Amino acid sequence: MSTVMEQTKPATEEHPIAPYLRMDRIPHIWCPTCGIGTVVKCYATALGESEVDLDKVSIVSGIGCTGRVAGYMKLDAFHTTHGRAIPFATGLKLGRPELMVTVFSGDGDLVGIGGNHFIHAARRRMDLLVVLVNNFIYGMTGGQNAPTTPLTARTSTMPYGNFEPPFNLPHLAASCGATYVARWTCLHTRRLTRSFKEAIARKGFRFIEVIAPCSTLYARLNRLGTGFNLMQFYHDNAEIMHGADPSKVDIGYQDKIVCGKFVDEELPTMLELMNAHYEKTLGDKYVPMSPEGGMIHDPDQSRDREEVAASRRDD
Amino acid sequence: MKTDPAGVLTGTHYLDGDFACGEGAMAAGCRFVAGYPITPSTEVVERISRRFPMIGGTFIQMEDELASMAAVVGASWTGTKSLTVTSGPGFSLMMENIGLGAMMETPCVVVNVQRGGPSTGLPTMTGQADMMQARWGSHGDYELIAMSPQSPQEAFDLMIDAFNLSEIYRVPVMFMTDECVGHMTEKVVIPPAEEIEIVPRILTRTPPEDYLPYRANGNDVPEFARAGDGYRFHTTGLTHDERGYPVMSAECQEKCVHRLINKIKNNADKIVRFEEEETDGADVVLVTYGITARVAQMGAQLARERGVKVGMIRLIVVWPFPEKRIRELADKINAFVVPEINYGQIVLEVERCAGGKAGAILVPHGGGGVHDPNDILDAIMGAVK
Repeated sequence: MSTVMEQTKPATEEHPIAPYLRMDRIPHIWCPTCGIGTVVKCYATALGESEVDLDKVSIVSGIGCTGRVAGYMKLDAFHTTHGRAIPFATGLKLGRPELMVTVFSGDGDLVGIGGNHFIHAARRRMDLLVVLVNNFIYGMTGGQNAPTTPLTARTSTMPYGNFEPPFNLPHLAASCGATYVARWTCLHTRRLTRSFKEAIARKGFRFIEVIAPCSTLYARLNRLGTGFNLMQFYHDNAEIMHGADPSKVDIGYQDKIVCGKFVDEELPTMLELMNAHYEKTLGDKYVPMSPEGGMIHDPDQSRDREEVAASRRDD
Repeated sequence: MKTDPAGVLTGTHYLDGDFACGEGAMAAGCRFVAGYPITPSTEVVERISRRFPMIGGTFIQMEDELASMAAVVGASWTGTKSLTVTSGPGFSLMMENIGLGAMMETPCVVVNVQRGGPSTGLPTMTGQADMMQARWGSHGDYELIAMSPQSPQEAFDLMIDAFNLSEIYRVPVMFMTDECVGHMTEKVVIPPAEEIEIVPRILTRTPPEDYLPYRANGNDVPEFARAGDGYRFHTTGLTHDERGYPVMSAECQEKCVHRLINKIKNNADKIVRFEEEETDGADVVLVTYGITARVAQMGAQLARERGVKVGMIRLIVVWPFPEKRIRELADKINAFVVPEINYGQIVLEVERCAGGKAGAILVPHGGGGVHDPNDILDAIMGAVK
């Protein structure tokens, strides 16, 4: 006769961020000790703690490991083409100005193939929150060199070490016109969450870089241990310097990581500039796009839609 | 339903084809345009950027054509009808997100005012050499719709049709005009708004908890949910199931891509548009489109003066191709003559459909101008020998 084991009680409490996730897509595809999940948790927590109508929040990702974030968030979610998350998000925002649009993608996607879109969206102060998870490497394709790979770090396409200087992303964003710029590591979960909340409440082009461990590729190729060792490295080497000069926060190989909020300015956004300018130059003739979008029919006029559906069936 | 009068500049105008395109888009209810300057298409967005602030539309000049096309696909997901405008080199860059538009089933219109190519080619002079690119330019298997107007008036009228088809089938529509049509100025009559019939995409009325973004429910086209309406849907450029979730399998690929193709193929009879003249009893039938159709008229007339029975099919919708009609005619005629400003693109399709039953004779032109009608005449005379 077998022994009846006492069964573990099923979890009665839902994970606090479950309502923000597509739980039917969990488990996710990220590797053990990957940092992206932590960033998602901080973002979801911040959304929950902010007073935003989640029905009006869209999330847009490009391609890559972080490019999968949109796919796990229970929001209007767009998994787009490589590098084009920012222009796609620009269309969403301008097409329905009442939306709050977040771009969530990786370093290769946003500043490698998508670099041109990044600098122009920052320049025009496009109303987007851009979250960039920087793991120093192309993860999804197997560890190739990134525009953020620190000098001398090994990647699969720089097997003798990287000799190309990397981007200093807060400096890039700030110099192009970003109105909010911060950097954290995956270790700084409370500070990162606070930063997300702050950025959600701001307007314009807001940029948050999050340094995240990739133990499968970056750490393995550079013999840096596991995700735990990288978190320990962040613990020992991250330096919080709010208001630091963004031009001085570049990241060297296994060198200190300056974190903090570097820019927080109130400046008119692209939409505000546009509206103010047209009001000034065109006066009463200016008809701004409706916050719900340039619909030429009322979506609630169901009669119309029935007619359309019926006429299509008749064809 | 009738269009929004705000965008309709009712009256009789003297407009070039590019301006007429822009007016057509605004009359069709387009309220978002993203573009990047490129000759000979720029006048379209110049017209729109001047008028949009007065009619509730937003124009943005993006940093390149990759961004323009991505923004157009993004904006369309809010329900706002969206357009971009370009020419050959920009069209090449747009291919990436035209594929995304096809995969996500996003209604939008892409104007290509064709110029001579390849590469930078002849920026200020005409061409028709992007016709195959319009059909096959993005990677992978998909179907879309391409149209080709022959005059400014038709550029206006057809643009409304282009938006309607893109909304009905949730597909990017390629509006393949050319430098000649784009820059020729003619009379354009814009009717009153109440005479402009528009067909918007079907917005779903399924409650969000039951809604599946890619369930077609026995129809060919799934119902649309706009971003911001509480559906919290997911869409992706990856192969996806009815939920819009990525599924990496041959079975899912088959279902997903098959429907993308079938929604156009199965409805080709409703989408195909062409004009036909004097094909009854014809020995030779010209198959033409765009500006070349007007030049070919002269060639046909010269041949008729010489006693040859010449018919003509003018393609208004080029893709999907009117296969059925070309097959029927192939049984009855001697040969098709296909003048086009390229070294043989649509002629390949004519040849395929003719299946050896009738000849398919190309009258090529490298671009930078239109055909000499005598070259078309010579081809016709050669065909009846």
